Amino acid sequence: MRAGMMNASLDAVLVVTLLAVALFSVLARQARAAVIGFIAFGLLLALAWVRLGAVDVALTEAAIGALTAPLLLGASAFAGTEKPASPPLRLALAALCALIAGTLAVIVLAAPEPAPSLAMQAVAPLGALDLGNAVTAVLLAYRALDTLLETVVVLLALIGIWSLAHDENWRDAPASPAAPSPPLDLLARVLPPVGLVVAMHLLWVGADAPGGKFQAATLIAAMGLLLMMAGLTPPPALGDARLRALVVAGPAVFLAIGLAGFLFPGSFLAYPDGWAKPLIIVIEMALTVSIALMLLLMLLGPGARKPSA
Amino acid sequence: MTGASLFGLAACVLIGLGLYGVLAHAAPLRRVLSFNLLGAGVFLLFGVAARRGAAAGLPGDPVPQALVITGIVVAFAATALALMLLRRLTALRAAERAADGLRDDPKGR
Repeated sequence: MRAGMMNASLDAVLVVTLLAVALFSVLARQARAAVIGFIAFGLLLALAWVRLGAVDVALTEAAIGALTAPLLLGASAFAGTEKPASPPLRLALAALCALIAGTLAVIVLAAPEPAPSLAMQAVAPLGALDLGNAVTAVLLAYRALDTLLETVVVLLALIGIWSLAHDENWRDAPASPAAPSPPLDLLARVLPPVGLVVAMHLLWVGADAPGGKFQAATLIAAMGLLLMMAGLTPPPALGDARLRALVVAGPAVFLAIGLAGFLFPGSFLAYPDGWAKPLIIVIEMALTVSIALMLLLMLLGPGARKPSA
Repeated sequence: MTGASLFGLAACVLIGLGLYGVLAHAAPLRRVLSFNLLGAGVFLLFGVAARRGAAAGLPGDPVPQALVITGIVVAFAATALALMLLRRLTALRAAERAADGLRDDPKGR
């Protein structure tokens, strides 16, 4: 009972802080303050995911939040000076949004009891797939099509970013994010080996425990960014054929295995009996490399003119 | 009130707050931030649905959880694209202003 009270008050504190930080981010006068509020919000949201029993999601949220932070902080320099809406309009908008939030709240509170759940159906075939983590099974077996389309969406976003370069620069390396300093240099020499080991661990245990390719890929991308920010590695030229091959390798392998499912056992993205686990591992490995690279290249941005040395 | 419905209500407030930010702010960066708050609220609703569907010894229904993981990565990709567009827009506007101000500037493009 006491533990129940503890958990309830923990949830209450977490929810209040989460909403306070979100409110601060929306209402802050300075763009930079809004960005910092949003970064804090992302960290608290990861905690909320743990409280909701979704550790896989919490890991993804925390890792993606860490990648979003430098992107947003960099963009806060480009914040426009556009004035927000006039006070009467803002009041009307607030009323409208409160109405929408209230309607949603009524729906949430009137949710059917017992809640519909696919947990039983998701757990039943785990033995045949030789997987222990039901979330990984959903991502790579039952709903593999979602994951395939998602990697294609990420690839399209990367192509979109690349297409923002000037015509004469689009094969060149992106502008270097390097801002070397002695502490950053030390960090960039000490942290990446540890980060890579943790990423491989997350990837490997993802079959049976929280973790998986997204979390591992995000971590690898963060390590790559750290190396480039410390100035230890220059950003790669975007026209490089090997780089582009690595970027498309993941989706291509996934698609090839999916198409092979047509031959045997007879439908798209179906795995032959007994081959599910090895095929899932191959897909996860290939996707980890591609997603890590795509996330890193997205953060670096389009090709830019080389600084005149 | 159970823990799940508390987070459910928080999700509703986040959706309202995010929507307000998207509509009330005119600065693109603030709109991107607010849209992400809105998205976080929607993801949280999925999380609540997953938590309420806990069964078979799992802490939550894995199907909505997996959908949220996919959603978070797609949201990041969209945010990155939006911010890069914003960067380009700012660069173009600055170039335009420079060209207007200094028409005889040889470096103006």
